[in-house]
Amino acid sequence: MSTNPPGQARRTPAPPKGTVGIGQPEPVASPVFRENAKKQLQNTLMRRNMKHATTTIRNKRLLRVAEVPNWDEVRAQGAGLKDRVARHLDYYLAMAEENLIKAGAQVHWAKDAQEANQIIVSLVKAKGVDEVVKIKSMATQEIEMNEALEAAGIAAWETDLAELIVQLGHDRPSHILVPAIHRNREEVREIFNREMGRYGTPPPKNMPNDPPVLAGAARVHLREKFLRAKVGISGGNMIIADTGTMVIVESEGNGRMCLTLPETLISVVGVEKIIPSFDDLEVFMKLLPRSSTAERMNPYTSMWSGVTPGDGPQEVHVVLVDNGRTKVLDDPEGRFVLRCIRCSACMNKCPVFERVGGHAYGSVYPGPIGIALTPLMRGIDSPIDKSLPFACTLCCACDDVCPVKIPLSDIIVHNRNRVADKKRHDIHPHLETTVMIPADWAFKKAKHFELVQKAVSIASGIAFKNKDYLGPMPWPASPWTRARDIPAPPVESFRSWWAKNRGGAK
Amino acid sequence: MSSRDVILSRIRKALSDVPNLPPEKDIPLNWEYGKPLAMDDVLDTFTQMCLDYKAVVERVPVAEVPATITKLVTERQVKTFVVPAGLDQDWRKAAADGGAKLIEDDPPLSSPELNDIDGVITAARVGIADTGTIVLDHAPDQGRRALSLVPDLHICVILADQVVSDVPEAVQRLKPSIVAGNPLTWISGGSATSDIELSRVEGVHGPRKLLIILAE
Repeated sequence: MSTNPPGQARRTPAPPKGTVGIGQPEPVASPVFRENAKKQLQNTLMRRNMKHATTTIRNKRLLRVAEVPNWDEVRAQGAGLKDRVARHLDYYLAMAEENLIKAGAQVHWAKDAQEANQIIVSLVKAKGVDEVVKIKSMATQEIEMNEALEAAGIAAWETDLAELIVQLGHDRPSHILVPAIHRNREEVREIFNREMGRYGTPPPKNMPNDPPVLAGAARVHLREKFLRAKVGISGGNMIIADTGTMVIVESEGNGRMCLTLPETLISVVGVEKIIPSFDDLEVFMKLLPRSSTAERMNPYTSMWSGVTPGDGPQEVHVVLVDNGRTKVLDDPEGRFVLRCIRCSACMNKCPVFERVGGHAYGSVYPGPIGIALTPLMRGIDSPIDKSLPFACTLCCACDDVCPVKIPLSDIIVHNRNRVADKKRHDIHPHLETTVMIPADWAFKKAKHFELVQKAVSIASGIAFKNKDYLGPMPWPASPWTRARDIPAPPVESFRSWWAKNRGGAK
Repeated sequence: MSSRDVILSRIRKALSDVPNLPPEKDIPLNWEYGKPLAMDDVLDTFTQMCLDYKAVVERVPVAEVPATITKLVTERQVKTFVVPAGLDQDWRKAAADGGAKLIEDDPPLSSPELNDIDGVITAARVGIADTGTIVLDHAPDQGRRALSLVPDLHICVILADQVVSDVPEAVQRLKPSIVAGNPLTWISGGSATSDIELSRVEGVHGPRKLLIILAE
């Protein structure tokens, strides 16, 4: 929540309480993933919306990918190029900065979310305006820029249709590409009818819940904002290092409006978003549209190098944001997540994400990429971040769809290791780590193992008498056995069978 | 220490395990840039893919471009057109013959003024067959970016020899424009959104009608 000065009314609809950003001063408000997921699973409407949407886009992606004869080679090239950038990031950042400045852009560097927000607020204030139009961007979500602007008395108007639905709905995005994926057309109609008129042009009377009519209402509502805006804010899909060119990939044209009509443009971009050269665009312009919206090409892509005299904004800023990215880089096993081009193919494929939805993760980055990335960027101190690596069945479907071949499941397992290691070093004991102490002893030597097997065999003879399985058991076994039966162990272990039948043939 | 220096030193510290080699040596990649995609007929594919995005495509001989412009303007009863400074004189005349009033962007029109204009006529720089994409590099025959954005109808004339098979070829052809500092706009069909239940809706903020004249 923003902290507006007393007596100052909010300019934009208030989002829910708490924070899901990266590098925020307050702790994350959400409880752990398991509890969030349980709550979200009760929402049958959300589950129906999610199932419909993710199934549609998954199937379409398959068609579009099958059209590219050398898809796997393009993926490998994309992965290689992004590795090159990550492993020589200082070199490419310096090159990008030099060429951006040469082209007339002003480059700013932000260590964290607070610094990025300070830079943006002061740039907007310097223009003497109290509103900005903005393009959907994960970087600005991550630093929770809208609330920082709101606290400074500046209204940030979301102009992407889905972000508009989320903003007007006092809601949070649940997907990095289709932020209102959890809403259906009837809910959108209700939100527009209730809220649009409070912040600008209202929707037409008796508006039906047809998507084209709803999109038309958004067109009219936002048009007046585009025409009067003096400052536009964007993220950036790519920065081309050797030409100092920024790239924005979009569908609706709201991006082009924000990039073209205002006098001042501020682009907020993560430091890893670089591609080495203009030539390399051929790789990413093939990978990104087909993996994200499952189209051969997205409707609009804009590229600009700094200031173009007489065309578009004559004051162009680029804010390069670290906010935890160098922490990710510092982890040689986790570093591969910095290849991510934010396409969302992994979440559309993920069986967990499809069912629980994006809000369960308590992070702006949900789904497989979210549980790989967030605990690396934000760390594993808070309960939610500790729980994220376990929001996964390790089915590895995400690995297959990632257009830049991020080993997502490996990194998720790596994050589990980090959480387990941390637990081991905690002052107060954990059940899991306590159980692992005798387990450690049992697996250390064959003699120990044999002894344990014998003991288990005797014990299970009693426990499983006349039973094939054990059902729910009291604590501490309750969390496990509530949802799983324990099958009766076989009468004879493999080791004793071997000793009996093959033991002599050693 | 400036934030720039802090971030760069964090990066260097994080990468202490990376051998001190040029990037191309550290991660060697064997890739052929600018490769065309094999296809039966580049122009046929381009036309089909544009139609797939619900754009209107007119394939005509070069000599018939003006007559086609007149026809489109008459059919759609477009009243006002903004014309880029470098637009072909015959095309301008053709639009006027169709009954449209032509408005020059000199001095530059304000955004609200532009918003009151019905359409725009532009040339193009490159067409991509495999994806049905038109790329503008905003040279004088296409005008500044706002001209082909704010009006609701866009007539775009593209020459057959500007159309290439696939994205890699297009990127190579666009290089001189980027080196010259021009912005680029890649357009694939009209403006669209899939934000409500992932069902595609044509026409949001960009021009809702895209009419492509492919001149052979």
